[in-house]
Amino acid sequence: MSPPLLEVENLRVSFPSPQGRVEVVRGVSFSLGKERLGIVGESGSGKSMTGRAILKLIRSPGKVTADKLMFDGLDILAQSEKQMRAIRGARISMVMQDPKFSLNPVMTVGAQIAEALVTHTKLPRAEIKARVLSMLEAVRINDPERVAGLYPHEVSGGMGQRVMIAMMLIPEPDLLIADEPTSALDVSVQAQVLDIIDDLVTSKGMGLILISHDLNLVSRYCDRILVMNSGEVVESCVASELSNAQHPYTRGLLAAMPQMNETREELPVLDRSAWAGT
Amino acid sequence: MNAITLTDLDISYGETQITHDINLSIAEGESFALVGESGSGKTTVLRAIAGLAPEWTGGISVLGQERSHGVDRQFARICQMVFQDPYGSLHPRKTVDASLGEPLAIHGIGDRANRIEAMLEAVGLDRRFRFRFPHQLSGGQRQRVAIARALMLEPKVLLLDEPTSALDVSVQAEILNLLKRLRREQNLTYLVVTHNLPVVSFLCDRLAVMRYGRIVEVADVAQLKSGQLANAYSRELYAASGGTLVQQIQD
Repeated sequence: MSPPLLEVENLRVSFPSPQGRVEVVRGVSFSLGKERLGIVGESGSGKSMTGRAILKLIRSPGKVTADKLMFDGLDILAQSEKQMRAIRGARISMVMQDPKFSLNPVMTVGAQIAEALVTHTKLPRAEIKARVLSMLEAVRINDPERVAGLYPHEVSGGMGQRVMIAMMLIPEPDLLIADEPTSALDVSVQAQVLDIIDDLVTSKGMGLILISHDLNLVSRYCDRILVMNSGEVVESCVASELSNAQHPYTRGLLAAMPQMNETREELPVLDRSAWAGT
Repeated sequence: MNAITLTDLDISYGETQITHDINLSIAEGESFALVGESGSGKTTVLRAIAGLAPEWTGGISVLGQERSHGVDRQFARICQMVFQDPYGSLHPRKTVDASLGEPLAIHGIGDRANRIEAMLEAVGLDRRFRFRFPHQLSGGQRQRVAIARALMLEPKVLLLDEPTSALDVSVQAEILNLLKRLRREQNLTYLVVTHNLPVVSFLCDRLAVMRYGRIVEVADVAQLKSGQLANAYSRELYAASGGTLVQQIQD
C-alpha cells in the first residue's frame, strides 16, 4: 500500500480570547488515502477549521499546531507562504460553501476558471480555452460557450456551485476539500452537484474530504466518516456502518433527524450532558 | 370555516408575475406545507398572505376575513409570520423584551411584563434571556424569540417560512418539537414553507408541491410517507431527499 496522501496527527487550532486561548480544534488525527472522507458535526464543532488548517488558511492570530501534518511527503507546517501558494489549487483545492460570496463578481466565469489554470501551468491560450470548456462540460453545464462568458450574478446558485467545482478541479489536484458544498443549494440540485463531485473524484483518482453537517449526505457519498464535536473527533466509522454508531453524540444526531415516514410524536433532543464527560 | 382560503391568487413583483392561479383551502387547526425548489414562489405566497407582497390579484381570506392590499391591523392579530433566518429577523439593537413588547404596544395591549414572561416560558426560554440582545443568543434561542414574537398577539394562524433551515440538526429537532407542542396547546393553524420533506412528514398533515409559481399537486402526508406522490416532479423531489440512509435504520 502506498503511503497515505494526507496524514494529520494531533492537529490543534486555537484563537485568542479575553479568557485566554480557545482551542477550536483539539487534537484531531486521521490519515487519508485516495478515498472519500466525510467530516460531520454541528456548527462550532471545528470541522471547517480542520479543513482550513490543512490548507494553512488560518491567519494570525489563529494558531495551528500539529505533531504531524504531511501531505504527500511534504510537511505542510514547514512550507513558506510562497511554497503554499504552489500547493493550494494545484495539489489541494477547496470548494467553499456559498458560490455567491466565493466567486469574483467582476470576472466572467470562464476567466475565473482559466485563472486557476494560468496560475499553475504554462499552456497556450487556445488550449486553456479548450480545457475550460471541457471542464464546464464535465460539471454538466449544457452550453459551456455561453456560460463561460457570463458573470457570477447571471448564473443560478446551483450553476455557480458547479462553476466553483470546475474551477477547483481544473488544475487536477490530488486532494479536494469540499466545505459544505451544497448547503446553499436546493435539495434537487444538491444531489446533482454531489454526483458530479463524486464522478470526478472517482474518475481522476483524487482524495476527497467532504465537510458537512448532514449525516445522510455524508454517509451516501463517503467511504469513511469522522464525527466531530467541540473540536474533537468523537467517532470514526465506515460510512455504511453509520447506523451502528456507538457514541451517544452520533446516535443523538441520527435520532434527532426527522425521517420521511415519521411516526414519532416528539423528536429526541440531544442531552448534552450525556457525553460531556467523555 | 377554513383558516386560509386562497382563490386564483396571482402575485407579481413589478412586471414579473410570480405565482399563477393559486387555489388552496386550509382547514382550521391544520398544519399545511408548501414545498418546492427555490424560485417556485412558495415564500411569495406566504409574503402575500402576511401583506409583504402587496401586488396581487385574486382572493386571500383568513378565518373568513378578506385580506386588503394595505396594512391591516386587525389582520395582524389573527395571522403572523416567522421568518427563515433568525440572525436577520430580529432587530440587533433591541432586547428580547423590546422585540416582544412592540406588537403589544402597537395594539395597545396592557400587562406587558407578565405577557412577555409567560410567552418566554411557553417557547422554553429562561427568564434571564428577557433583557438580552440577539447577539447574545444562539441560533436556536433566536428562533424561539422569533416564534414568541409572532405569538405575542395570540394569532390563530402562523405562517412559517423555512423555520429550521438555518439551524443545526439537533436544534432543528428542538424547534420542531416546540412548534408541534404550541400547535397542540394553542390550537394553531400552520402554513409552513420548507424544502425539507422529512420535516413535512413530522410537522404537517397535508402538503402542496409548487413549481414555477403553480401548485402541481396537493397530497396527504400519508401519501408522502408511503412515497405515493402522483406528480412526476413531486416524485423527483421525493427521490432527491428520500431513499437515504435514515430510512433504512429502524431503531
